[in-house]
Amino acid sequence: MRVSYTVEAMARTDVQLMLDVKAGDTASFELLLQKYRTPLVNFLYRMVRDTATAEDLAQEVFLRIYRARKEYFAGAKFTTWLFRIATNLALNSIRDNRHQRMEVSLDAPAEEDEAPIQVAAREMRIDEHMIERDRAEFIRRTIAALPEKQRAAVLLHKYEEMDYGEIAKVLDCSESALKSLLFRAYETLRVELAPLMAQPVGNRAGEGRLQ
Amino acid sequence: MKCEDVSKELIVYLDGRANPAERRDVAEHLASCAACRARAEEFRKVWSVLDEMPGQEPSLGFDARLRQRVADEPRPGWFQWFVPQPRLAFSVALLVALCVWVSRLPRDYSTTATLPSPVTEQQQFQVIENLGVLENYDVLSKFDALSELPGPAEPAQPKDETKPENSGGM
Repeated sequence: MRVSYTVEAMARTDVQLMLDVKAGDTASFELLLQKYRTPLVNFLYRMVRDTATAEDLAQEVFLRIYRARKEYFAGAKFTTWLFRIATNLALNSIRDNRHQRMEVSLDAPAEEDEAPIQVAAREMRIDEHMIERDRAEFIRRTIAALPEKQRAAVLLHKYEEMDYGEIAKVLDCSESALKSLLFRAYETLRVELAPLMAQPVGNRAGEGRLQ
Repeated sequence: MKCEDVSKELIVYLDGRANPAERRDVAEHLASCAACRARAEEFRKVWSVLDEMPGQEPSLGFDARLRQRVADEPRPGWFQWFVPQPRLAFSVALLVALCVWVSRLPRDYSTTATLPSPVTEQQQFQVIENLGVLENYDVLSKFDALSELPGPAEPAQPKDETKPENSGGM
């Protein structure tokens, strides 16, 4: 069932699908959902670091797309629109969450998992026996410790493989500013992930485009 | 090309999205700068490490939950033609409010446009200045126009009628 969805969705462009949704075809909306729900949940999970929140936000993104279907026009790239909504929702969620935690911390001592992420990531034990899950958690925490806009830029560049113009539109900045943003982010990751780079896991070489 | 100039273009170069000119400039610099070459190699390793992070699959109930929420959305029907869109409703309300406001403006508003201007004050001053002439009986008796007036010539009447004449002479 899912395979047939994917084939049909790939045969029609996102713009065509969205124009059909605009015309009242809910089946086309279903195809867009099947095509983008995993990348969207992935992106949001890496942004907010919470499965339930990521799913709630992904639902909200699709719902907003559906509600705004009448305003869609063919010139707008669907993925730019989709990830722009997602990024804005994620940034708002992170800020709201941070605000709530600040309010709590005024009344109660900080819990262990509320310690700065960067410190926690640094304190993780890194040795040759580090298992795959620990490495993944280390990477996740290191990415999460990046400033929000740098984090979004890295996720869209590395995992969604968007081009620079599209990422710049999603983040509402110039391409030149985006290049600086990405350089600073990767420079931080280069330093923070150095322990993992020194002990690569041989049987897990990534197959992504950016290698 | 300096190291700081290369740093901005290094990511674009490494991910293969640089244009030919940028690509040539960065490649030339890397060939001659060991520090930037080492950094470029480390960026490649960073990308390789980032691939280790697994993705997050949506939960099994994700689709069903979203379908339900979409189904709960209000459907457009024939009656929606009569339901104004928010933007349109706001525009119409604004227009109506503007019309009401304009219609409630005082009717004699135009009089404020003819408030005593410096010119009319000057005219009035000239009437006062010529008062001596107007009160001079010899002048009035020789004024032909007054003889054409019907009825007895009141002293006050010529005073009023001369007003535009005086103003016209200005």
